[in-house]
Amino acid sequence: MIKVVHYINQFYGGIGGEEKADIKPEIREGVVGPGMALKAALGKDAEIVATVICGDSYFNENIETATAEILDMIKTYSPDLFIAGPAFNAGRYGVACGSICKAVKENLNIPVLTAMYIENPGADMFKKDMFIVSTANAATGMRQAIPAVAKLAIKLANKEAIGSPAEEGYIPQGIRKNLFRTERGSKRAVNMLVAKLRGEAFETEYPMPDFDRVAPNQPVQDMSKAKIALVTSGGIVPKGNPDRIESSSASKYGKYDIEGVMDLTEATYETAHGGYDPVYANIDSDRVLPVDVLRDMEKEGLIGKLHRYFYTTTGNGTSVANSKKFASTFAQELLADGVQAVILTST
Amino acid sequence: MVKEIERVGIPVVHICTVVPISLTVGANRIVPAIAIPHPLGNPAKTMAEEKQLRREIVLKSLKALETEVHGQTVFDK
Repeated sequence: MIKVVHYINQFYGGIGGEEKADIKPEIREGVVGPGMALKAALGKDAEIVATVICGDSYFNENIETATAEILDMIKTYSPDLFIAGPAFNAGRYGVACGSICKAVKENLNIPVLTAMYIENPGADMFKKDMFIVSTANAATGMRQAIPAVAKLAIKLANKEAIGSPAEEGYIPQGIRKNLFRTERGSKRAVNMLVAKLRGEAFETEYPMPDFDRVAPNQPVQDMSKAKIALVTSGGIVPKGNPDRIESSSASKYGKYDIEGVMDLTEATYETAHGGYDPVYANIDSDRVLPVDVLRDMEKEGLIGKLHRYFYTTTGNGTSVANSKKFASTFAQELLADGVQAVILTST
Repeated sequence: MVKEIERVGIPVVHICTVVPISLTVGANRIVPAIAIPHPLGNPAKTMAEEKQLRREIVLKSLKALETEVHGQTVFDK
């Protein structure tokens, strides 16, 4: 019998939503939440002996201590296999799944497996350290994710050979394997070139790694004369969310005039973000977008000017493509408005 | 978003709680924040203490914007 420990967050553990995201880890015997479906998919050769539940914010605000606490809990069950998630496109959950899987693999030396959407930040952070089953971006993909996780999990536990990412459904780890082809390299290369010239589809045998890095710009020379703009992915908007920016998977951003606004108050601003407990930001949005202290600094001459507009969107579940599109549009405006530096806050 | 702003030539500092995510995303100047639901505040403190805390983080961010960096740099001092 393969003994499995499963990890889920406070939401899937049925404890609560964002208002419970700060709960400390706990371990329960048997299955909880999505563990039920996972248990069925794993079949009779495996058993989920325990489930760890932890709040997403607690984990991400205390990565090291939370990992150590959870590792100790898992150890007491001496499992043969550890599964975390699936996390879909929940960023903090994905980071938690990846961090714990890595710690379990290194400390307990057992196979580990998690599952998430390819744009989850946890995927980029951990895809080289473990198998991450590629899932849809939302929990509606649970029905497809669970069998894929179970199938790969059993293979890993039985130490079977693992096929390519495309065959097994995991996120590519950047590993190359030697194999024999019937046609020699020069012929394959010419075939690819001919296909390309004809505008036909072809598949490269060596995809170039995607290094999307931007070099840092020169620092601000004289802060006391600089125009500083505020940008946030924390969803701060004028009270009532006039442009109806979505609480997750945002399709738009907002641009708001703060000329003469000295302080963001409960009566005037709030957050539209659905991915964290909004209580604190709704009481005082300066906790996310520090307008009050920048006004003080403007008065004191520490900065030249706080730019008249701030830009905002909700960063949870919002696709990389949309985020890029929003920012490349408003970055041009910032440039045209003579903004010399940006403070971007994230929750 | 940090990368698209940096790409047009404007230096940008990212204030965030989960620094590993910021590093993965590709921010160059990173200032750690307090907590996910209140990166620049702490409701456990008085309003005045909280504002002072916020001021310190923003000052650190301004310092980061005035500092020449050659790669991803976390300003946690």
